[in-house]
Amino acid sequence: MTTTALTHTTALTARQLRAAWRIPVFLVMNLVQPMIWLLLFGQLFKSVIDIPGFPGDATYLEFLTPGIVMMMALFGSAWAGTSYIQDMDRGVMDRFLTSPTNRGALMVSTLVYQALLTIGQTLIVLGVAWLRGARFGGGPAGLAVLLVAAILLTATFSALSNAAALLARNQGVLIGISQLITIPLMFLSSALMDTELSAGWVGNVAAYNPFEWAVISGRGAMQDSPDWATVWAHVGLLAVLAAVMVWVATRAFRTYQRSA
Amino acid sequence: MTAQPETLARSAATALALEVRDLVKTYSGGRGKPRVTALDGLSFTVGAGSVFGLLGPNGAGKSTAVKILSTLSRADSGTAFVAGIDAGRNPDQVRRLIGFVAQKQVSDPMDTGVENLELAGRLHGMTTKAARARAAELLARFALEPAARRQVKTYSGGMARKLDVAIGLMHRPQILFLDEPTTGLDPEARAEMWAEIQGMARHERMTVLLTTHYLEEADQLADRLAIIDRGRVVAEGTPEELKSGLRGDAVVMDLRDLLDMPAALTAAGRVAVLRDLTADGRTLRARADEGAAALPVALAALDEAGLRVASATVSRPSLDDVYLRHTGHTFARAQQGFAPDSSEEAAS
Repeated sequence: MTTTALTHTTALTARQLRAAWRIPVFLVMNLVQPMIWLLLFGQLFKSVIDIPGFPGDATYLEFLTPGIVMMMALFGSAWAGTSYIQDMDRGVMDRFLTSPTNRGALMVSTLVYQALLTIGQTLIVLGVAWLRGARFGGGPAGLAVLLVAAILLTATFSALSNAAALLARNQGVLIGISQLITIPLMFLSSALMDTELSAGWVGNVAAYNPFEWAVISGRGAMQDSPDWATVWAHVGLLAVLAAVMVWVATRAFRTYQRSA
Repeated sequence: MTAQPETLARSAATALALEVRDLVKTYSGGRGKPRVTALDGLSFTVGAGSVFGLLGPNGAGKSTAVKILSTLSRADSGTAFVAGIDAGRNPDQVRRLIGFVAQKQVSDPMDTGVENLELAGRLHGMTTKAARARAAELLARFALEPAARRQVKTYSGGMARKLDVAIGLMHRPQILFLDEPTTGLDPEARAEMWAEIQGMARHERMTVLLTTHYLEEADQLADRLAIIDRGRVVAEGTPEELKSGLRGDAVVMDLRDLLDMPAALTAAGRVAVLRDLTADGRTLRARADEGAAALPVALAALDEAGLRVASATVSRPSLDDVYLRHTGHTFARAQQGFAPDSSEEAAS
C-alpha cells in the first residue's frame, strides 16, 4: 500500500516537473516579484532599522530576506490548485479518480512539486541577497531550518489551494485566496516591518498567523545565535497545521466525487 | 459472514459484465430551483465480451450512468454491479478492472503520447518495463508511432481521441467505458475510430460500454443497445431486433406549407394502408407494410385535398424510427433540446 503511494507520488511529481520544465519562462517569472521586493524594498526602507525600538543589529536587507522567502512560498502556493483546475476542465482528473491512483499521492505530488519550486527559488533569493551584501548567521543548520519552514508553509497553503480547487472547481476561487487571504496574512506579520513598531493589535493577531510562524522560524534560524526554542516551537506549529491541511484537502476528493 | 441467496445467484451469473438496477440520480438545479433528475430508474444488463451501446440525446442520462458505473459518482438509489462487484460499496476493486475514456479529453496535453501512456500504466501498478512495452504496442496499433514523442497539444482531434482510447486500454481492463468516443470528430476520423473499436472488442476480449448520440454509430458498433430517454431505458435489444419490432416501412412526406399540416393529417388518416401518423413541423411521418405501394396512394390523397408536397421518401426502418416510436419525438428534435433536460451539461 505504502509502496503504491510512493510509486504514484513519484510518477505524478515527475509529470508536474516535466510540464514546468517545458515552459521554463514561468519558473523565471515566479522570481521576478520577489526580486523586485528584495532589491526595491531593501533599498527603499533600509533606514527603518534606525527607528528606535527596531530589534537586533542586522541590516534591513538581512531582516527582510527571510520575509521575502516566505512571501514567495505563500504567494506561489496560493496558485497550486491551478493544476487541479486544468485536470478537471479536461477529463484527466476523472480518469485518475476512476483508476486505482492513490488519493494521497494525487495530493502529495503537487505539494512535493511546489516544495521543490520553493527550495530552488529560496536558494536564488538567498544568493542575490548575499551578493547585495547581506550576511546570515545560523550556518547550514540555520539554512536547513529556513528551508523546512518554507516547505511547511508551502505544503499548508498548497493543500488549501488544492482543497478550494476541488470544492469550487474554478480558477476564480484561487484568485480569491491569493487576494483575500495571502495579502492580509503578509501585512499582519513581521515580514516587512517588525510588529513591535506596528499597532499593538497587529502583534496580537500575528501570533496566530501561520505565515508569521514561518517568518519567525526562518529569520530566527538565520541569526548569529539562534533562539532554537522559539524557532522549533514555531516550526512545530507549522508542521501540525500542514498535516491537518493535507488531511482535510485529501478528504475533499470525496466531496468532489459525491457531487460529480 | 453468511452468504445471502442474492450473492450466490450473482456469482453464478458471472457472464454478466454489468448489471444496473433502478439507478436514480438527481443533481442540484441551482439556488431556489427544483432538483434535476438525470437518472430515473435506469436498469439494464450487459453480457461479458460484448459491445453494448447506450443511445440517447444529450442530457438523456448516458454520461451520468457511465460516471456511476466507473465509480466517479454515486447513485442516490439503486445498484450498479461491475463484473459482479458493487460499484457503490467496493469502488476500489472496480477501479482495477475498468478503463474509462471520458467525454472530455483524458490525456495531458503537456505530456507526450508515450509519457501519457506510461504514466497511466504506472498508476495501474504496471512496472516501468511492462508499461513501456504495452505503450509501444498500443502506439503501433493506433498508428500513433510518428507522434509518440510529441506533446499531445500538437495532436489533431482524431489523434488525441485515439490516444485517449489507448490510455484506457493500457492495463488491459475487463470492461472499457467509452463516453461519446467520436463526438467532435470529422467523418474520416470517426470511421477510423469505429474500425478501432470493432477490432478492439475482438483483440482484447473485453466488454465495451459505449455511449453515443449518433444513431448510425450505435447501429454499426453495438451488439446490443438500450435507448435512453429522460433517464430511463425505453427500448433494449440488438439493433436488428429493435428495427424489426417496427412493422413495415417508414413513409415521410414534407409539406410545402406548415399551415397545411392539420388538413394533411386528416387526409392521410383516411388512407387505410398508413398507420402511426405523426407530425413534426412540416414533416408528416407514417408507417406502411408496403411503403412503395402506399406512397402513391398517400400522395394522391393529399393532392385531392389541395395540399402541396415538397418531397416524399420511403425507407426501411432505422433506429431513428425506433426512437420516435418509443419516445414520441424524433431523435433530431430531442437533440435540439426538445427533451426536457440539458442537466448533464450543467452538472458535469
